[in-house]
Amino acid sequence: MERKITCIICPRGCPMTAVIEGDSVKVSGHSCPKGEEYAINECTNPVRTVTATVRVDNRRDVMVSVKTENPVPKGSMADVMAQLRKITVQAPIHIGDVVLEDVFGTKIVATKEIL
Amino acid sequence: MKKHAIVIVGGGPAGMAAAVAAYDRGVTDVVILDREPRLGGILQQCIHNGFGLHKLGRELTGPEYADVYAQQVAERNIPVFYETMVTSVSPDRVVTARNREGILKIQAEAVILAMGCRERSRGALNICGTRPAGIYSAGTAQKLINCDGYMVGKRVVILGSGDIGLIMARRMSLEGAKVEAVCELMSYSGGLTRNIVQCLEDFGIPLYLSTTVVQIHGQKRLEGVTVAQVDENRRPIEGTSRFIPCDTLLLSVGLIPENELTQVCGIPMDPVTGGAMVDERCMTKVSGIFACGNVLHVHDLVDYVSDEAERAGKGAADFVREGKASEGAYLQTKAGKGVRYVVPQQLRKDTGDVDLFMRVTQPFGKVKFTVTAGDKVLAVAKRLKAAPGEMERITLKQALLQDAEGTVTVELEEL
Ligand SMILES: Cc1cc2nc3c(=O)[nH]c(=O)nc-3n(C[C@H](O)[C@H](O)[C@H](O)COP(=O)(O)OP(=O)(O)OC[C@H]3O[C@@H](n4cnc5c(N)ncnc54)[C@H](O)[C@@H]3O)c2cc1C
Ligand code: SF4
Repeated sequence: MERKITCIICPRGCPMTAVIEGDSVKVSGHSCPKGEEYAINECTNPVRTVTATVRVDNRRDVMVSVKTENPVPKGSMADVMAQLRKITVQAPIHIGDVVLEDVFGTKIVATKEIL
Repeated sequence: MKKHAIVIVGGGPAGMAAAVAAYDRGVTDVVILDREPRLGGILQQCIHNGFGLHKLGRELTGPEYADVYAQQVAERNIPVFYETMVTSVSPDRVVTARNREGILKIQAEAVILAMGCRERSRGALNICGTRPAGIYSAGTAQKLINCDGYMVGKRVVILGSGDIGLIMARRMSLEGAKVEAVCELMSYSGGLTRNIVQCLEDFGIPLYLSTTVVQIHGQKRLEGVTVAQVDENRRPIEGTSRFIPCDTLLLSVGLIPENELTQVCGIPMDPVTGGAMVDERCMTKVSGIFACGNVLHVHDLVDYVSDEAERAGKGAADFVREGKASEGAYLQTKAGKGVRYVVPQQLRKDTGDVDLFMRVTQPFGKVKFTVTAGDKVLAVAKRLKAAPGEMERITLKQALLQDAEGTVTVELEEL
């Protein structure tokens, strides 16, 4: 089976082709190894980084932005969001602080300083 | 009146990078003025990732990218006047601003304008219909959701497929809204392909090209929009209109450099970019006043904003030290066939390699850019594709520039 995939790893957006035969995926059209890795993932286990916000209880800045430290399975994005909606955090918060442990094998970390 | 060597108007990524570059070049008396209570400008609301790959070699979110530079500003103890709105800049470099303490006047030796841009509004579009609640510019909605924690609607149509519109389609979907459609007036999207994939295709959101919103419905709250296909002259085609129910319309229809201060100062402007005309160190045609970032021309990648701002910061520092002596013989630049604009609009030919930045007029496949001056070719660059949404950069080598004569013209040829 052949699949056309646009690489989303960097703004160049290389148009790639993946040929899937059984367990092997052969990629062409990429300009760097990251593209190849992305294409193989897309065919086997597509993943995405989720960025969102979490409410802050005790500051005028009411939201802190967060992200999944590593990408999570594409199909789990809605689940990640649902978990984030349930929690609130207390300032001060620093970039990299863990907001939630163990979400689909990774952590949710803060991406903004709320002092 | 206070005195400072360099005054920077705006503390977004452009203002911060310019401040740090000027300081590191040896002019340490630098101050930043910003109307907001924190540094970072528009990046504070751009919580998605994709920033910094080119400049910092790692992928960051907007607030993280801003923080890298905010820390550099703090490490150098560069003073920042927060919640301070600059109201005028005079040609002799007096900066007037107001904040809670009153009116502030600073005589600067050099000024760097870094006010960013703002979004085009509904008024600029002339869509007919009622004036209900529920119509936002995409950036305003982004700020309300990401910074103020206020969800703007449940059923959404987005007009405009530039990157901000695409990013907001994903953001609204993740927050549980149903994005019915993204409509684009042109026959191609202005956004990066990666954003079409990860913001629309991932969420099954349809993109309708050559389509626009022709009417707005609803009294108190938006109840829906009528969309129609447009012909090659961008006029709605009869019989193609249909109604899409929605409670929210986001407009992502272009950015306008925020140049009121620049214009009142009498700085000559480029009608195509909407920014000042500058030379290769980002100095405007008013001596000692520089401009960089989105106030100069709209950038799609913040990484290039930082690069440009560093040139402006270095240029301003050199100007402060060398004064008028730094003005040399200028060559003018010009956009030729297939090219919409070129920045800088003029350049000195004896200052080292010079980067030209440009946008093309329409999407092209494989192209060859040629830069000429008189009958001399200064540079040739090939690209596999070129699109108006993606800024191109071409470097001119000092060795060829130094004895160039005539207007530096960039044109392209489709291969
Ligand atoms: C809604 C939106 C979303 C964007 N999303 C992306 C994206 O996803 N990726 C990307 O790479 N780029 C994005 N951009 C482009 C982004 O704006 C630029 O990459 C970058 O932020 C521009 O930096 P800047 O410093 O020139 O302007 P800004 O970040 O806009 O900063 C300008 C600063 O000047 C201040 N200011 C303006 N006027 C005055 C005044 N009179 N007195 C005092 N202070 C003043 C403002 O408060 C602000 O802090 C987006 C732009 C917008 C508008
Ligand atoms: S393949 Fe490499 S260069 Fe091409 S878009 Fe992906 S990351 Fe960028």
